[in-house]
Amino acid sequence: MSEVGAVPLAAMPAAAAAERREQWGQLALLLPALLALAALFVYPLLGILFRSVHKTDYTLEFYRHVFRTPVYLTVIWLTFRTAAVVTAICLVIGYPLAYVLARARPRMARLLVIVVVLPFFTSIIVRTYAWMVLLGRNGIVNQYLMDLHLVRAPLALLYNPSGVVIGMTYVLLPFMVLTLASVMRGIDPSLVSAAHSLGASPAQAFRRVYLPLSAPGIAGGALLVFILSLGFFITPALMGGPPDVMIAMLIEREVELTLNWSFASALAVILLVLTLAGYAVYHRVVRLGQLFEGHS
Amino acid sequence: MIAGPGQRTGPGTIAVLAVAAAAVVFLLAPVAIIVIVSFSGADYLSFPPPGLSLRWYRRFLGAAGWRRSLAVSAQVASLTTVFATSLGLAAALALVRGRFRGKGAVYAFLISPMIVPTIITAMGLYFFFARLRMTGSILAMALGHTVLALPVVVIILAATLQGFDRRLELAAWSLGASRLLALRRITLPLIAPGVLSAALFAFLTSFDELLIPLFLSGVEAQTLTVRVWNSLLLEVDPTITAVSSFLIAVTSTVLAASSLLRRPRGAA
Repeated sequence: MSEVGAVPLAAMPAAAAAERREQWGQLALLLPALLALAALFVYPLLGILFRSVHKTDYTLEFYRHVFRTPVYLTVIWLTFRTAAVVTAICLVIGYPLAYVLARARPRMARLLVIVVVLPFFTSIIVRTYAWMVLLGRNGIVNQYLMDLHLVRAPLALLYNPSGVVIGMTYVLLPFMVLTLASVMRGIDPSLVSAAHSLGASPAQAFRRVYLPLSAPGIAGGALLVFILSLGFFITPALMGGPPDVMIAMLIEREVELTLNWSFASALAVILLVLTLAGYAVYHRVVRLGQLFEGHS
Repeated sequence: MIAGPGQRTGPGTIAVLAVAAAAVVFLLAPVAIIVIVSFSGADYLSFPPPGLSLRWYRRFLGAAGWRRSLAVSAQVASLTTVFATSLGLAAALALVRGRFRGKGAVYAFLISPMIVPTIITAMGLYFFFARLRMTGSILAMALGHTVLALPVVVIILAATLQGFDRRLELAAWSLGASRLLALRRITLPLIAPGVLSAALFAFLTSFDELLIPLFLSGVEAQTLTVRVWNSLLLEVDPTITAVSSFLIAVTSTVLAASSLLRRPRGAA
Protein backbone atom coordinates (compact mmCIF):
# COMPACT_ATOMS: atom_id res chain seq x y z
CA MET A 1 0.00 0.00 0.00
CA SER A 2 1.39 3.39 -0.98
CA GLU A 3 0.54 5.12 2.32
CA VAL A 4 2.92 2.85 4.26
CA GLY A 5 5.90 4.31 2.39
CA ALA A 6 5.09 7.79 3.63
CA VAL A 7 4.84 6.84 7.30
CA PRO A 8 7.78 8.05 9.43
CA LEU A 9 9.97 5.34 10.94
CA ALA A 10 8.76 5.93 14.49
CA ALA A 11 5.24 4.97 13.47
CA MET A 12 6.26 1.64 11.92
CA PRO A 13 5.19 -0.63 14.80
CA ALA A 14 1.75 0.94 14.66
CA ALA A 15 1.64 0.40 10.91
CA ALA A 16 2.64 -3.22 11.37
CA ALA A 17 -0.11 -3.66 13.92
CA ALA A 18 -2.62 -2.11 11.52
CA GLU A 19 -1.35 -4.44 8.85
CA ARG A 20 -1.90 -7.43 11.11
CA ARG A 21 -5.38 -6.23 12.01
CA GLU A 22 -6.12 -5.92 8.33
CA GLN A 23 -4.99 -9.50 7.73
CA TRP A 24 -7.20 -10.78 10.54
CA GLY A 25 -10.06 -8.82 9.01
CA GLN A 26 -9.50 -10.54 5.69
CA LEU A 27 -9.43 -13.94 7.33
CA ALA A 28 -12.73 -13.11 9.03
CA LEU A 29 -14.21 -12.27 5.62
CA LEU A 30 -12.97 -15.52 4.10
CA LEU A 31 -13.88 -17.77 6.98
CA PRO A 32 -17.66 -18.13 6.43
CA ALA A 33 -17.21 -19.26 2.83
CA LEU A 34 -14.34 -21.60 3.74
CA LEU A 35 -16.31 -23.15 6.61
CA ALA A 36 -19.41 -23.57 4.47
CA LEU A 37 -17.43 -25.40 1.79
CA ALA A 38 -15.60 -27.47 4.38
CA ALA A 39 -18.87 -28.66 5.92
CA LEU A 40 -21.02 -28.99 2.80
CA PHE A 41 -18.46 -30.02 0.20
CA VAL A 42 -15.18 -31.36 1.60
CA TYR A 43 -16.70 -33.30 4.49
CA PRO A 44 -19.32 -35.05 2.32
CA LEU A 45 -16.61 -35.94 -0.23
CA LEU A 46 -14.44 -37.38 2.53
CA GLY A 47 -17.53 -39.28 3.66
CA ILE A 48 -17.78 -40.87 0.22
CA LEU A 49 -14.07 -41.72 0.26
CA PHE A 50 -14.37 -43.29 3.72
CA ARG A 51 -17.48 -45.26 2.80
CA SER A 52 -15.72 -46.65 -0.27
CA VAL A 53 -12.95 -48.27 1.80
CA HIS A 54 -14.76 -49.02 5.04
CA LYS A 55 -17.80 -51.03 5.98
CA THR A 56 -17.25 -52.82 9.27
CA ASP A 57 -13.52 -52.65 8.72
CA TYR A 58 -11.17 -51.20 6.14
CA THR A 59 -11.51 -53.07 2.88
CA LEU A 60 -10.86 -52.71 -0.83
CA GLU A 61 -13.57 -55.18 -1.79
CA PHE A 62 -15.79 -52.54 -3.39
CA TYR A 63 -13.02 -51.44 -5.75
CA ARG A 64 -12.16 -55.06 -6.49
CA HIS A 65 -15.82 -55.64 -7.25
CA VAL A 66 -15.78 -52.84 -9.85
CA PHE A 67 -12.66 -54.07 -11.59
CA ARG A 68 -13.61 -57.75 -11.51
CA THR A 69 -17.14 -57.45 -12.85
CA PRO A 70 -17.24 -57.31 -16.66
CA VAL A 71 -20.52 -55.34 -16.67
CA TYR A 72 -18.97 -52.46 -14.74
CA LEU A 73 -15.86 -52.43 -16.90
CA THR A 74 -18.18 -52.24 -19.90
CA VAL A 75 -19.91 -49.23 -18.35
CA ILE A 76 -16.57 -47.49 -17.82
CA TRP A 77 -15.53 -48.31 -21.38
CA LEU A 78 -18.89 -47.04 -22.73
CA THR A 79 -18.49 -43.83 -20.74
CA PHE A 80 -15.06 -43.20 -22.24
CA ARG A 81 -16.25 -44.06 -25.75
CA THR A 82 -19.27 -41.76 -25.51
CA ALA A 83 -17.10 -38.96 -24.12
CA ALA A 84 -14.62 -39.36 -26.99
CA VAL A 85 -17.31 -39.36 -29.68
CA VAL A 86 -19.07 -36.33 -28.17
CA THR A 87 -15.73 -34.48 -27.90
CA ALA A 88 -14.86 -35.18 -31.53
CA ILE A 89 -18.25 -34.01 -32.82
CA CYS A 90 -18.18 -30.89 -30.64
CA LEU A 91 -14.76 -30.03 -32.07
CA VAL A 92 -15.82 -30.53 -35.69
CA ILE A 93 -18.98 -28.41 -35.29
CA GLY A 94 -17.55 -25.97 -32.78
CA TYR A 95 -14.29 -25.02 -34.51
CA PRO A 96 -15.87 -23.28 -37.54
CA LEU A 97 -18.44 -21.50 -35.33
CA ALA A 98 -15.73 -20.30 -32.94
CA TYR A 99 -13.63 -19.15 -35.92
CA VAL A 100 -16.52 -17.08 -37.30
CA LEU A 101 -17.30 -15.77 -33.81
CA ALA A 102 -13.69 -14.69 -33.22
CA ARG A 103 -13.36 -12.88 -36.54
CA ALA A 104 -16.85 -11.38 -36.89
CA ARG A 105 -17.49 -7.65 -36.50
CA PRO A 106 -18.49 -6.62 -32.95
CA ARG A 107 -22.25 -6.49 -33.59
CA MET A 108 -22.30 -9.91 -35.28
CA ALA A 109 -19.99 -11.33 -32.62
CA ARG A 110 -22.34 -10.18 -29.85
CA LEU A 111 -25.26 -11.84 -31.61
CA LEU A 112 -23.33 -15.11 -31.97
CA VAL A 113 -22.31 -15.00 -28.30
CA ILE A 114 -26.00 -14.77 -27.37
CA VAL A 115 -26.74 -17.77 -29.60
CA VAL A 116 -24.09 -19.79 -27.73
CA VAL A 117 -24.77 -18.47 -24.23
CA LEU A 118 -28.57 -18.79 -24.15
CA PRO A 119 -28.53 -22.59 -24.44
CA PHE A 120 -25.42 -22.64 -22.22
CA PHE A 121 -27.38 -21.20 -19.29
CA THR A 122 -30.63 -23.03 -19.99
CA SER A 123 -31.38 -25.90 -17.61
CA ILE A 124 -29.87 -29.18 -18.82
CA ILE A 125 -33.15 -30.98 -18.27
CA VAL A 126 -34.95 -28.46 -20.51
CA ARG A 127 -32.34 -28.86 -23.23
CA THR A 128 -32.57 -32.64 -23.00
CA TYR A 129 -36.36 -32.53 -23.12
CA ALA A 130 -36.24 -30.35 -26.24
CA TRP A 131 -34.29 -33.07 -28.03
CA MET A 132 -36.65 -35.76 -26.79
CA VAL A 133 -39.52 -33.84 -28.41
CA LEU A 134 -37.52 -33.55 -31.62
CA LEU A 135 -36.14 -37.09 -31.83
CA GLY A 136 -38.93 -39.27 -30.45
CA ARG A 137 -40.64 -41.99 -32.48
CA ASN A 138 -43.50 -39.62 -33.22
CA GLY A 139 -41.22 -36.65 -32.73
CA ILE A 140 -40.88 -33.62 -34.94
CA VAL A 141 -37.86 -34.87 -36.91
CA ASN A 142 -39.61 -38.13 -37.75
CA GLN A 143 -42.82 -36.29 -38.67
CA TYR A 144 -40.85 -34.27 -41.23
CA LEU A 145 -38.97 -37.28 -42.58
CA MET A 146 -42.27 -39.16 -43.04
CA ASP A 147 -44.08 -36.19 -44.57
CA LEU A 148 -41.26 -35.70 -47.06
CA HIS A 149 -41.33 -39.48 -47.78
CA LEU A 150 -37.64 -39.73 -46.98
CA VAL A 151 -38.26 -42.73 -44.75
CA ARG A 152 -41.05 -45.31 -44.67
CA ALA A 153 -41.01 -46.01 -40.96
CA PRO A 154 -39.97 -43.65 -38.17
CA LEU A 155 -36.24 -43.77 -37.43
CA ALA A 156 -35.06 -44.84 -34.00
CA LEU A 157 -33.27 -41.65 -32.94
CA LEU A 158 -34.03 -41.75 -29.23
CA TYR A 159 -33.36 -44.31 -26.49
CA ASN A 160 -30.15 -45.49 -28.19
CA PRO A 161 -26.49 -44.39 -28.36
CA SER A 162 -27.12 -41.87 -31.14
CA GLY A 163 -29.73 -40.12 -29.00
CA VAL A 164 -27.22 -39.88 -26.15
CA VAL A 165 -24.53 -38.47 -28.45
CA ILE A 166 -26.86 -35.87 -30.03
CA GLY A 167 -28.13 -34.70 -26.65
CA MET A 168 -24.72 -34.52 -25.01
CA THR A 169 -23.20 -32.75 -28.01
CA TYR A 170 -25.95 -30.16 -27.74
CA VAL A 171 -25.36 -29.58 -24.04
CA LEU A 172 -21.56 -29.43 -24.31
CA LEU A 173 -21.05 -27.57 -27.59
CA PRO A 174 -21.12 -24.11 -25.92
CA PHE A 175 -18.16 -25.09 -23.69
CA MET A 176 -16.16 -26.01 -26.79
CA VAL A 177 -17.11 -22.86 -28.72
CA LEU A 178 -16.42 -20.48 -25.84
CA THR A 179 -13.02 -22.04 -25.07
CA LEU A 180 -11.97 -22.04 -28.73
CA ALA A 181 -13.20 -18.50 -29.35
CA SER A 182 -11.33 -17.10 -26.36
CA VAL A 183 -8.06 -18.48 -27.78
CA MET A 184 -8.88 -17.50 -31.38
CA ARG A 185 -9.61 -13.90 -30.38
CA GLY A 186 -5.98 -13.61 -29.36
CA ILE A 187 -4.68 -14.73 -32.76
CA ASP A 188 -3.41 -11.82 -34.85
CA PRO A 189 -5.18 -12.01 -38.26
CA SER A 190 -2.23 -10.31 -39.91
CA LEU A 191 -0.21 -13.49 -39.38
CA VAL A 192 -2.52 -15.31 -41.77
CA SER A 193 -2.39 -12.38 -44.20
CA ALA A 194 1.40 -12.51 -44.01
CA ALA A 195 1.32 -16.19 -44.95
CA HIS A 196 -0.91 -15.34 -47.92
CA SER A 197 1.36 -12.56 -49.09
CA LEU A 198 4.28 -14.99 -48.92
CA GLY A 199 2.42 -17.23 -51.36
CA ALA A 200 0.65 -19.72 -49.11
CA SER A 201 -2.70 -21.07 -50.33
CA PRO A 202 -5.68 -20.61 -47.95
CA ALA A 203 -5.39 -24.28 -46.94
CA GLN A 204 -1.65 -23.97 -46.31
CA ALA A 205 -2.04 -20.75 -44.36
CA PHE A 206 -4.68 -22.40 -42.20
CA ARG A 207 -2.75 -25.61 -41.61
CA ARG A 208 0.66 -24.04 -41.03
CA VAL A 209 -0.30 -20.81 -39.24
CA TYR A 210 -3.83 -20.63 -37.85
CA LEU A 211 -4.27 -24.24 -36.74
CA PRO A 212 -1.07 -24.37 -34.63
CA LEU A 213 -1.94 -21.00 -33.06
CA SER A 214 -5.41 -22.24 -32.11
CA ALA A 215 -4.05 -25.53 -30.73
CA PRO A 216 -4.31 -24.45 -27.04
CA GLY A 217 -8.01 -23.79 -27.63
CA ILE A 218 -8.47 -27.18 -29.25
CA ALA A 219 -6.70 -28.94 -26.39
CA GLY A 220 -8.53 -26.92 -23.72
CA GLY A 221 -11.96 -27.24 -25.28
CA ALA A 222 -11.58 -30.93 -26.05
CA LEU A 223 -10.33 -31.74 -22.56
CA LEU A 224 -13.11 -29.74 -20.93
CA VAL A 225 -15.85 -31.41 -22.99
CA PHE A 226 -14.31 -34.84 -22.42
CA ILE A 227 -14.05 -34.36 -18.65
CA LEU A 228 -17.59 -33.00 -18.36
CA SER A 229 -18.88 -35.90 -20.49
CA LEU A 230 -17.43 -38.45 -18.07
CA GLY A 231 -19.71 -37.25 -15.26
CA PHE A 232 -22.86 -36.81 -17.34
CA PHE A 233 -26.08 -38.13 -15.91
CA ILE A 234 -29.29 -36.36 -16.96
CA THR A 235 -28.93 -36.54 -20.75
CA PRO A 236 -27.82 -40.18 -21.07
CA ALA A 237 -30.38 -41.26 -18.46
CA LEU A 238 -33.25 -39.70 -20.41
CA MET A 239 -32.07 -40.17 -24.00
CA GLY A 240 -30.30 -43.53 -23.81
CA GLY A 241 -31.74 -47.02 -24.06
CA PRO A 242 -31.45 -49.66 -21.34
CA PRO A 243 -27.90 -50.73 -22.36
CA ASP A 244 -26.58 -47.15 -22.64
CA VAL A 245 -25.39 -46.85 -19.05
CA MET A 246 -22.70 -44.37 -18.05
CA ILE A 247 -20.77 -44.26 -14.76
CA ALA A 248 -22.89 -41.49 -13.24
CA MET A 249 -26.09 -43.43 -13.97
CA LEU A 250 -24.65 -46.51 -12.32
CA ILE A 251 -23.85 -44.41 -9.23
CA GLU A 252 -27.41 -43.06 -9.04
CA ARG A 253 -28.89 -46.54 -9.40
CA GLU A 254 -26.72 -47.96 -6.65
CA VAL A 255 -27.74 -45.15 -4.30
CA GLU A 256 -31.45 -44.98 -5.09
CA LEU A 257 -32.39 -48.52 -6.10
CA THR A 258 -29.96 -51.10 -4.77
CA LEU A 259 -29.03 -48.98 -1.75
CA ASN A 260 -25.48 -50.24 -2.07
CA TRP A 261 -23.86 -47.06 -0.77
CA SER A 262 -20.37 -48.50 -0.37
CA PHE A 263 -20.23 -49.70 -3.93
CA ALA A 264 -21.72 -46.40 -5.18
CA SER A 265 -19.02 -44.60 -3.20
CA ALA A 266 -16.24 -46.65 -4.82
CA LEU A 267 -17.67 -45.80 -8.25
CA ALA A 268 -17.87 -42.13 -7.29
CA VAL A 269 -14.23 -42.12 -6.17
CA ILE A 270 -13.18 -43.69 -9.47
CA LEU A 271 -15.16 -41.05 -11.41
CA LEU A 272 -13.70 -38.29 -9.25
CA VAL A 273 -10.12 -39.50 -9.77
CA LEU A 274 -10.65 -39.66 -13.54
CA THR A 275 -12.13 -36.14 -13.51
CA LEU A 276 -9.36 -34.66 -11.38
CA ALA A 277 -6.71 -36.28 -13.56
CA GLY A 278 -8.38 -34.66 -16.55
CA TYR A 279 -8.39 -31.25 -14.89
CA ALA A 280 -4.73 -31.58 -13.92
CA VAL A 281 -3.95 -31.84 -17.63
CA TYR A 282 -6.49 -29.12 -18.48
CA HIS A 283 -4.97 -26.73 -15.97
CA ARG A 284 -1.72 -26.74 -17.92
CA VAL A 285 -3.57 -25.65 -21.05
CA VAL A 286 -6.21 -23.16 -19.94
CA ARG A 287 -6.40 -21.43 -16.59
CA LEU A 288 -9.46 -22.58 -14.67
CA GLY A 289 -12.28 -20.09 -14.58
CA GLN A 290 -11.13 -18.17 -17.63
CA LEU A 291 -14.15 -19.44 -19.49
CA PHE A 292 -16.56 -17.85 -17.03
CA GLU A 293 -14.67 -14.61 -16.56
CA GLY A 294 -14.76 -13.88 -20.25
CA HIS A 295 -18.41 -14.43 -20.96
CA SER A 296 -20.81 -14.71 -18.10
CA MET B 1 -17.59 -11.10 -43.24
CA ILE B 2 -14.64 -13.15 -42.14
CA ALA B 3 -12.44 -12.87 -45.21
CA GLY B 4 -9.60 -10.52 -44.47
CA PRO B 5 -8.11 -8.09 -46.99
CA GLY B 6 -6.44 -9.82 -49.88
CA GLN B 7 -8.23 -13.10 -49.16
CA ARG B 8 -10.38 -14.81 -51.73
CA THR B 9 -13.72 -16.28 -50.73
CA GLY B 10 -12.60 -19.79 -51.53
CA PRO B 11 -14.36 -23.11 -51.06
CA GLY B 12 -12.74 -23.35 -47.62
CA THR B 13 -14.36 -20.15 -46.42
CA ILE B 14 -17.74 -21.24 -47.74
CA ALA B 15 -17.45 -24.60 -45.98
CA VAL B 16 -16.53 -22.88 -42.71
CA LEU B 17 -19.50 -20.52 -43.00
CA ALA B 18 -21.84 -23.40 -43.83
CA VAL B 19 -20.79 -25.44 -40.79
CA ALA B 20 -20.98 -22.36 -38.56
CA ALA B 21 -24.48 -21.59 -39.82
CA ALA B 22 -25.52 -25.20 -39.23
CA ALA B 23 -24.10 -24.97 -35.69
CA VAL B 24 -26.15 -21.83 -35.04
CA VAL B 25 -29.31 -23.61 -36.19
CA PHE B 26 -28.38 -26.65 -34.09
CA LEU B 27 -27.97 -24.45 -31.00
CA LEU B 28 -31.08 -22.33 -31.45
CA ALA B 29 -33.64 -24.63 -33.06
CA PRO B 30 -34.43 -26.91 -30.08
CA VAL B 31 -34.96 -23.96 -27.72
CA ALA B 32 -37.02 -22.04 -30.27
CA ILE B 33 -39.13 -25.06 -31.21
CA ILE B 34 -39.97 -25.87 -27.58
CA VAL B 35 -41.14 -22.31 -26.98
CA ILE B 36 -43.29 -22.32 -30.12
CA VAL B 37 -44.75 -25.77 -29.46
CA SER B 38 -45.66 -24.73 -25.91
CA PHE B 39 -48.33 -22.43 -27.40
CA SER B 40 -49.80 -25.28 -29.44
CA GLY B 41 -53.51 -26.03 -29.31
CA ALA B 42 -53.06 -29.65 -30.38
CA ASP B 43 -53.09 -32.72 -28.14
CA TYR B 44 -49.86 -34.01 -29.63
CA LEU B 45 -46.50 -32.38 -30.23
CA SER B 46 -46.14 -31.22 -33.81
CA PHE B 47 -44.29 -28.40 -35.47
CA PRO B 48 -45.48 -25.96 -36.59
CA PRO B 49 -48.48 -26.25 -34.26
CA PRO B 50 -51.83 -26.48 -36.07
CA GLY B 51 -53.38 -23.84 -33.81
CA LEU B 52 -52.33 -21.63 -30.95
CA SER B 53 -53.59 -21.70 -27.39
CA LEU B 54 -52.49 -21.28 -23.81
CA ARG B 55 -53.82 -24.66 -22.71
CA TRP B 56 -50.45 -26.07 -21.67
CA TYR B 57 -49.75 -23.00 -19.59
CA ARG B 58 -53.16 -23.45 -17.95
CA ARG B 59 -52.25 -27.09 -17.27
CA PHE B 60 -48.95 -25.95 -15.76
CA LEU B 61 -50.13 -23.07 -13.61
CA GLY B 62 -53.60 -24.49 -12.96
CA ALA B 63 -52.37 -27.69 -11.31
CA ALA B 64 -51.75 -27.52 -7.57
CA GLY B 65 -48.80 -29.90 -7.88
CA TRP B 66 -46.93 -27.78 -10.41
CA ARG B 67 -47.68 -24.59 -8.49
CA ARG B 68 -46.31 -26.15 -5.30
CA SER B 69 -43.15 -27.16 -7.15
CA LEU B 70 -42.77 -23.66 -8.49
CA ALA B 71 -42.99 -22.32 -4.94
CA VAL B 72 -40.43 -24.87 -3.71
CA SER B 73 -38.01 -23.96 -6.51
CA ALA B 74 -38.45 -20.25 -5.81
CA GLN B 75 -37.81 -20.74 -2.08
CA VAL B 76 -34.75 -22.93 -2.61
CA ALA B 77 -33.32 -20.53 -5.19
CA SER B 78 -33.98 -17.45 -3.04
CA LEU B 79 -32.27 -18.97 -0.01
CA THR B 80 -29.37 -20.09 -2.20
CA THR B 81 -29.05 -16.56 -3.57
CA VAL B 82 -28.85 -15.07 -0.08
CA PHE B 83 -26.34 -17.66 1.18
CA ALA B 84 -24.09 -17.73 -1.87
CA THR B 85 -24.07 -13.98 -2.47
CA SER B 86 -23.24 -13.03 1.13
CA LEU B 87 -20.57 -15.73 1.53
CA GLY B 88 -19.17 -15.04 -1.93
CA LEU B 89 -19.07 -11.25 -1.56
CA ALA B 90 -17.15 -11.44 1.71
CA ALA B 91 -14.72 -13.97 0.27
CA ALA B 92 -14.21 -12.01 -2.94
CA LEU B 93 -13.48 -8.82 -0.97
CA ALA B 94 -10.78 -10.63 1.00
CA LEU B 95 -9.39 -12.37 -2.08
CA VAL B 96 -9.06 -9.30 -4.26
CA ARG B 97 -7.82 -6.90 -1.59
CA GLY B 98 -5.94 -9.16 0.77
CA ARG B 99 -2.20 -9.68 0.64
CA PHE B 100 -1.67 -13.07 2.17
CA ARG B 101 0.10 -16.19 1.09
CA GLY B 102 -1.81 -18.96 -0.67
CA LYS B 103 -4.34 -16.63 -2.29
CA GLY B 104 -4.32 -18.67 -5.48
CA ALA B 105 -4.97 -21.84 -3.51
CA VAL B 106 -7.90 -20.25 -1.63
CA TYR B 107 -9.42 -19.07 -4.92
CA ALA B 108 -8.98 -22.53 -6.43
CA PHE B 109 -10.61 -24.09 -3.38
CA LEU B 110 -13.59 -21.73 -3.53
CA ILE B 111 -14.30 -22.58 -7.16
CA SER B 112 -13.45 -26.29 -6.82
CA PRO B 113 -17.12 -27.42 -6.63
CA MET B 114 -17.27 -26.51 -10.33
CA ILE B 115 -14.92 -29.31 -11.28
CA VAL B 116 -16.45 -32.14 -9.25
CA PRO B 117 -19.22 -33.94 -11.16
CA THR B 118 -22.51 -32.78 -9.64
CA ILE B 119 -23.68 -36.35 -9.20
CA ILE B 120 -20.84 -36.90 -6.71
CA THR B 121 -21.53 -33.68 -4.80
CA ALA B 122 -25.23 -34.56 -4.70
CA MET B 123 -24.53 -38.06 -3.41
CA GLY B 124 -22.16 -36.79 -0.72
CA LEU B 125 -24.78 -34.26 0.42
CA TYR B 126 -27.41 -36.99 0.46
CA PHE B 127 -25.34 -39.14 2.86
CA PHE B 128 -24.55 -36.01 4.89
CA PHE B 129 -28.12 -34.77 5.25
CA ALA B 130 -29.55 -38.27 5.67
CA ARG B 131 -27.52 -38.60 8.85
CA LEU B 132 -28.81 -35.22 10.05
CA ARG B 133 -32.36 -36.30 9.10
CA MET B 134 -32.66 -33.19 6.96
CA THR B 135 -33.41 -34.74 3.55
CA GLY B 136 -36.62 -33.43 2.05
CA SER B 137 -36.15 -30.01 3.60
CA ILE B 138 -35.91 -26.81 1.62
CA LEU B 139 -32.96 -25.70 3.75
CA ALA B 140 -30.94 -28.80 2.83
CA MET B 141 -31.55 -28.25 -0.88
CA ALA B 142 -30.61 -24.57 -0.58
CA LEU B 143 -27.41 -25.41 1.31
CA GLY B 144 -26.56 -27.95 -1.36
CA HIS B 145 -27.12 -25.40 -4.11
CA THR B 146 -25.02 -22.88 -2.22
CA VAL B 147 -22.04 -25.19 -2.83
CA LEU B 148 -22.69 -24.99 -6.58
CA ALA B 149 -23.55 -21.27 -6.69
CA LEU B 150 -20.63 -20.06 -4.54
CA PRO B 151 -18.00 -20.53 -7.31
CA VAL B 152 -20.17 -18.59 -9.77
CA VAL B 153 -20.57 -15.71 -7.30
CA VAL B 154 -16.86 -15.66 -6.40
CA ILE B 155 -15.78 -15.61 -10.06
CA ILE B 156 -18.17 -12.80 -11.01
CA LEU B 157 -17.41 -10.69 -7.92
CA ALA B 158 -13.64 -11.19 -8.08
CA ALA B 159 -13.77 -9.87 -11.64
CA THR B 160 -16.01 -6.96 -10.56
CA LEU B 161 -13.75 -5.99 -7.67
CA GLN B 162 -10.65 -6.17 -9.81
CA GLY B 163 -12.18 -3.48 -12.00
CA PHE B 164 -13.00 -1.27 -9.02
CA ASP B 165 -10.74 1.72 -8.44
CA ARG B 166 -9.54 1.27 -4.89
CA ARG B 167 -8.37 4.91 -4.70
CA LEU B 168 -11.99 6.00 -4.32
CA GLU B 169 -12.16 4.10 -1.05
CA LEU B 170 -8.77 5.37 0.10
CA ALA B 171 -9.98 8.90 -0.63
CA ALA B 172 -13.00 8.32 1.62
CA TRP B 173 -10.71 7.07 4.40
CA SER B 174 -8.45 10.08 4.06
CA LEU B 175 -11.49 12.34 4.37
CA GLY B 176 -12.23 10.70 7.71
CA ALA B 177 -14.70 7.99 6.81
CA SER B 178 -14.44 4.78 8.84
CA ARG B 179 -13.79 1.47 7.08
CA LEU B 180 -17.41 0.47 7.40
CA LEU B 181 -18.77 3.82 6.26
CA ALA B 182 -16.50 3.84 3.19
CA LEU B 183 -17.57 0.29 2.36
CA ARG B 184 -21.24 1.15 2.71
CA ARG B 185 -21.27 4.55 1.01
CA ILE B 186 -18.55 4.21 -1.63
CA THR B 187 -17.62 0.61 -2.43
CA LEU B 188 -20.94 -1.20 -2.24
CA PRO B 189 -22.90 1.30 -4.38
CA LEU B 190 -20.17 1.16 -7.02
CA ILE B 191 -19.99 -2.62 -7.17
CA ALA B 192 -23.77 -3.05 -6.76
CA PRO B 193 -24.34 -3.98 -10.43
CA GLY B 194 -21.77 -6.77 -10.12
CA VAL B 195 -23.30 -8.01 -6.86
CA LEU B 196 -26.78 -8.01 -8.37
CA SER B 197 -25.54 -9.86 -11.42
CA ALA B 198 -23.81 -12.44 -9.22
CA ALA B 199 -27.03 -12.84 -7.22
CA LEU B 200 -29.02 -13.41 -10.42
CA PHE B 201 -26.65 -16.13 -11.56
CA ALA B 202 -26.76 -17.74 -8.11
CA PHE B 203 -30.56 -17.80 -8.38
CA LEU B 204 -30.39 -19.30 -11.86
CA THR B 205 -27.84 -21.92 -10.80
CA SER B 206 -30.26 -23.19 -8.19
CA PHE B 207 -33.49 -22.75 -10.13
CA ASP B 208 -32.22 -24.79 -13.11
CA GLU B 209 -30.42 -27.52 -11.20
CA LEU B 210 -31.82 -31.04 -10.96
CA LEU B 211 -29.35 -33.42 -9.33
CA ILE B 212 -29.13 -32.02 -5.81
CA PRO B 213 -32.90 -31.79 -5.31
CA LEU B 214 -33.24 -35.18 -7.02
CA PHE B 215 -31.19 -36.73 -4.21
CA LEU B 216 -32.39 -34.46 -1.41
CA SER B 217 -36.06 -33.80 -2.09
CA GLY B 218 -38.67 -35.94 -0.46
CA VAL B 219 -42.18 -36.68 -1.67
CA GLU B 220 -43.55 -33.32 -0.56
CA ALA B 221 -40.97 -30.69 -1.46
CA GLN B 222 -40.22 -31.35 -5.12
CA THR B 223 -38.59 -28.63 -7.17
CA LEU B 224 -39.76 -27.80 -10.68
CA THR B 225 -36.81 -29.66 -12.20
CA VAL B 226 -37.46 -32.79 -10.14
CA ARG B 227 -41.10 -32.76 -11.20
CA VAL B 228 -40.07 -32.41 -14.86
CA TRP B 229 -37.64 -35.31 -14.38
CA ASN B 230 -40.31 -37.54 -12.83
CA SER B 231 -42.80 -36.83 -15.56
CA LEU B 232 -40.19 -37.41 -18.32
CA LEU B 233 -39.46 -40.87 -16.98
CA LEU B 234 -43.08 -41.77 -17.69
CA GLU B 235 -44.05 -40.05 -20.94
CA VAL B 236 -43.55 -37.00 -23.13
CA ASP B 237 -46.29 -34.78 -21.64
CA PRO B 238 -46.90 -31.54 -23.61
CA THR B 239 -47.33 -29.65 -20.32
CA ILE B 240 -43.55 -29.89 -20.00
CA THR B 241 -43.20 -27.63 -23.05
CA ALA B 242 -44.88 -24.86 -21.02
CA VAL B 243 -42.71 -25.57 -17.96
CA SER B 244 -39.61 -25.60 -20.16
CA SER B 245 -40.55 -22.33 -21.84
CA PHE B 246 -41.03 -20.82 -18.42
CA LEU B 247 -37.52 -21.94 -17.40
CA ILE B 248 -36.10 -20.61 -20.69
CA ALA B 249 -37.82 -17.28 -19.98
CA VAL B 250 -36.21 -17.14 -16.51
CA THR B 251 -32.78 -17.81 -18.07
CA SER B 252 -33.31 -15.14 -20.74
CA THR B 253 -34.41 -12.61 -18.14
CA VAL B 254 -31.35 -13.25 -16.00
CA LEU B 255 -29.01 -12.98 -19.00
CA ALA B 256 -30.66 -9.79 -20.25
CA ALA B 257 -30.67 -8.19 -16.80
CA SER B 258 -27.03 -9.03 -16.15
CA SER B 259 -25.92 -7.69 -19.51
CA LEU B 260 -27.79 -4.43 -18.78
CA LEU B 261 -26.12 -4.27 -15.37
CA ARG B 262 -22.70 -4.68 -16.92
CA ARG B 263 -23.16 -1.91 -19.42
CA PRO B 264 -21.01 1.07 -18.34
CA ARG B 265 -23.22 3.67 -16.71
CA GLY B 266 -23.67 7.02 -18.40
CA ALA B 267 -24.48 10.06 -16.34
CA ALA B 268 -24.87 8.31 -12.97
